[in-house]
Amino acid sequence: MRVTLHVWRQPGPGLAGVFVRYDVTDVSPDMSFLEMLDVLNQQLLARKDDPIAFDHDCREGICGACGMVINGRPHGPRRATTTCQLHMRSFPDGAELWIEPWRARAFPVIKDLVVDRGAFDRIVQAGGFITARTGSAPEANSVLVPKRDADRAMDAAACIGCGACVAACPNASAMLFVAAKVSHLGLLPQGQPERDTRVVGMVAQMDAEGFGACSNHGECMAACPKEISIDFIAQLNRDYWKAVARPKPQVARANGGDA
Amino acid sequence: MELRSHIPGGPLEAKWDRHRSAIKLVNPANKLRHHILVVGSGLAGASAAASLAELGYRVSCFCFQDSARRAHSIAAQGGINAAKNYQNDGDSVFRLFYDTIKGGDFRAREANVYRLAEVSARIIDQCTAQGVPFAREYGGLLANRSFGGVQVSRTFYARGQTGQQLLLGAYQALSRQIGAGSVRMEPRAEMLDLVVIDGRARGIIVRDLVTGAVSAHAGDAVVLATGGYSNVYYLSTNAKGCNVTAIWRAHKRGATFANPCFTQIHPTCIPQTGPYQSKLTLMSESLRNDGRIWVPQKKGDTRPPDQIPEEERDYYLERLYPSYGNLAPRDIASRRAKEVCDEGRGVGPGGGGHGVYLDFRDAIARLGRGVIAERYGNLFEMYERITGEDPFRVPMRIYPAPHYTMGGLWVDYNLMTTIDGLYAIGEANFSDHGANRLGASALMQGLADGYFILPYTIGDYLAQAKPAKVDPEHPAFRQVQGEVGERVRRLLAASGRKTVDAFHRELGRVMWDKCGMSRNAAGLKQAMERIGALRDEFWKDVYVGGRGEDLNQSLEHAGRVADFLEFAELMCHDALHREESCGCHFREEYQTPEGEAKRDDERFGYVAAWEFTGAGKEPVLHKEPLAFEAVHLVQRSYK
Repeated sequence: MRVTLHVWRQPGPGLAGVFVRYDVTDVSPDMSFLEMLDVLNQQLLARKDDPIAFDHDCREGICGACGMVINGRPHGPRRATTTCQLHMRSFPDGAELWIEPWRARAFPVIKDLVVDRGAFDRIVQAGGFITARTGSAPEANSVLVPKRDADRAMDAAACIGCGACVAACPNASAMLFVAAKVSHLGLLPQGQPERDTRVVGMVAQMDAEGFGACSNHGECMAACPKEISIDFIAQLNRDYWKAVARPKPQVARANGGDA
Repeated sequence: MELRSHIPGGPLEAKWDRHRSAIKLVNPANKLRHHILVVGSGLAGASAAASLAELGYRVSCFCFQDSARRAHSIAAQGGINAAKNYQNDGDSVFRLFYDTIKGGDFRAREANVYRLAEVSARIIDQCTAQGVPFAREYGGLLANRSFGGVQVSRTFYARGQTGQQLLLGAYQALSRQIGAGSVRMEPRAEMLDLVVIDGRARGIIVRDLVTGAVSAHAGDAVVLATGGYSNVYYLSTNAKGCNVTAIWRAHKRGATFANPCFTQIHPTCIPQTGPYQSKLTLMSESLRNDGRIWVPQKKGDTRPPDQIPEEERDYYLERLYPSYGNLAPRDIASRRAKEVCDEGRGVGPGGGGHGVYLDFRDAIARLGRGVIAERYGNLFEMYERITGEDPFRVPMRIYPAPHYTMGGLWVDYNLMTTIDGLYAIGEANFSDHGANRLGASALMQGLADGYFILPYTIGDYLAQAKPAKVDPEHPAFRQVQGEVGERVRRLLAASGRKTVDAFHRELGRVMWDKCGMSRNAAGLKQAMERIGALRDEFWKDVYVGGRGEDLNQSLEHAGRVADFLEFAELMCHDALHREESCGCHFREEYQTPEGEAKRDDERFGYVAAWEFTGAGKEPVLHKEPLAFEAVHLVQRSYK
C-alpha cells in the first residue's frame, strides 16, 4: 500500500514549523506506524535529508515515549492503542495522513514531533508518591487490600504518562494524568496518610505548569491508550475538595524531647 | 590484574548478615559530602538513586530517555520472584537460591545468589509499602503464579504489567528525592565515557541529547545501571534505545567484562513479519502456565491449526519433559522450538515457518474465557493488535527472540567492578543468573541490587577510600571530554552511503546466525572475521547526517552501533573459548545424546572475565573459579 504524509517539521524549540509532504510507497499492512516512519527516515537519509525526529523506545505500548497526533487524533484512529502499536492495516490504501506533535503550552516542541513532557515528572515530584523509606516496610501481607480496591488501583496505575490526554483535551488539561496517580495511591491503604497533601501538591503543580482546566469534554478518555476512565477525575475532584476543606492538622511540637 | 571476589567467609546463610555488620559506615554528617553518579533509571538505577539519597548522599542520576519512568524495566510483564512461601508449597530461601543456581546451569556465584534469595522477601514488602498494586486474592492477601523452571508458586505480579508497576514504585521514590532536592535528575542525557583518575572512577562524560552539549560530571563513585546488550542482535525484545555503550566504555577504561556470550533467547515472542521489522515483542512466559506449545507432526503442514487433529499434533515440550512440560526453562524451550522449526515443522504463513503454536484452547475449555481474560487479557490484546489474530480463537504463534543478557561487567560481592569506585548493578552486571536466567528473576535482581545491596556496600568503599574532591576541570576530565567530542566529530564527518541502521541490521544478522541460539567454532570464527570487516566498513561508509549541536537521533544510534561493532567481537571470542554447552550457551560440538547442553565443569567451571588491552588486540582472559559448597553439581534435568 501507499500513503501520503504531511509531517510537522520544526527545526527547534520556539522556531517556526511547517507541514512537509512525503509520499511513501511499498508500505506493508503489517508494519507498525513507527516502522513506516523508519522506512521513510531511511529514504530521507539516503537522500541526505534530515530524518524526522520522534520519541519512541519500547515499541510495545508500555514506556509511553511515543505519541503523535494523526489526523487530529492522538495516537491515531485505533481505540486503546499507542502509536507504536498502531499498524498500517488500520489505514486504507492511499490514505492521506497529517502528523503533528502533541500541542499544549505545557509541552513545548523540541524538534519535529518531539515534545518536552518534563511537566509530568514535576507533577509527580510534587506529591505523586507514598513515602516509604527503603528498609522500613512492614511484612507485605500484614496489610490486607480488598481485591476490588487493588484492581481499581491497578486500573488507574496503568497510566503510561504519554500525554495523549493533554493533546486530546481542548483545554490541554492534565486532569486525567493527575487523577490516575491520585486515585491509584488513594485507593490503597498505604496511600492514606499522604492523601491530602498529595492531591493538593499535585494539583498546584499542574496549575503552575500551565495546563488548562477540565471542562468535562471526555476527549482524554477516548484518546487514552490505556483507557483510563474519567471516573478518576471525579475521584480527584472529591479528594481535592475534601483535602482543602479539612482543617489543617496541628503542627507537631518540635520539642518532642529525647527518648 | 587479579580478580578478588571479596566473598565473606562463614557458612552460606550467614555471609551477608556478617558482612553487613562488618562493613564500614559513613558518618551521617559526612554523607552529604559524597556525590554519587548513577547512570540509568530502571529498576536498579532508580531504586539505588532513591535509596542512596534517603541515606543522605548527594546523588545525580542520568538517563537517555525523556523521563526516568521510561527505562526499559517498564516492559517486564510477568512478575517478580520472592521466597515468601505464601502458598505453603514448600518454598524457602534455599529453594529459591537452588532453583536460580540450577536454572543458571551452575555458572553463577553461590554467595551472590544466596543473598539475592535472602533479600527477595523484603523487596515485596518494600514495593507493597510504596503502593505497587500487586494482584490480590479475594481475602485481600497477595496472589502468586508459577513461572518456568520451578515447581513452586512464588511469583508476584500486577496483571501483565509487573515491570511497569515496580518501576513506577521506584520512579516515585526517586521523584520524591528529586522534589526534595537530594537527587539531581538529568533526563535526555547519555553517558559516553568514564573518567578514571589514579585507578578510581571519578566521573563521566555526558552528551545532552537535546542541545548536543558534551559535559563532564565528577563524583566520588559511579554506578552503572544501564541494562543489557541484547540489541547487539538488532532484533530483540529490548527497547530501541537499549545499548552497550556505558558498560563498553567502562570496559575500555579497565573494567573486566564477564561472560559476554551468555545471552538469553526468550522462547515466547511474536515472530518476525517482514524485513522492515524494528523490534520483537515478548509475550510473557506466564502464558506457558495455561498455554500448550505444539507443532504439527508432519513437515510443511499448511492446514489451519483447528483442522489438525489431536493425534497429529506434537506437544514436544510435554513429550520431552513430562515433569516440567510447557514450563521448562527458557533456554531449553527456545532451543527445542528452533529444533522443530529447523526440521520444517514450524508454523506460520505457508507452513514450515519460524513459529510454533501456543494454544489456549484447552485452558479456555477448562477454566472459561473469563478466567483466561482476567489472567492474560492485556497480553491477548497486545498480540491481536500486532498480528491481527485473536488468540481466543486461533492459537498464538511464537518464536524465540533475544531478550536478556546474563553477561555484563564483572563485579565482586560488593557489586564493584575491577575499577575502584565503579559499580555495576542490575542487568549491567554478570553476577546472579549464571548461564541462564529464570523468569521473574530480573526484576528481583535489579531491585535487590538497588534497594538492599548497593546502598550498604558503597558506604564501605567511601568510608575506606575517602576519595578526595575532584574538579571536572581536572586534566583527566578535559582529556576524555576531548576524546568524546572527537568521536562525535568523526561520526559526523564520515560521508558514506550506508545508514547506521543498515550496519546495525547486518551486525544483528551475523550475531543471530552465528552467535545466537546455537553456536559452533567454525561459525564463530566466520562471525569474528565479518564483524572486523563490518567495523572497518562502518567508519568508511556510514552516513550519519545532521549536526552535533542538535537533537540528532541518527548520531545517537551511530555511537551505539559503533560500540556494538566492537563489543560483538568480544562476545564471539568468549563463545568460542567456552568449549562446553551450559544454559543458553549451546555449542553444537558439546551436547548429550538427547541434545541437552553438556557442561564441562572441570575445564569451564569459572567466570570468564575479559580485560581490554587495546584496540585491535586480543582480550586477556581472567578466570574466577566457581566454588560450590552448598549445592551439588548435577546435569540439569527437567524431565
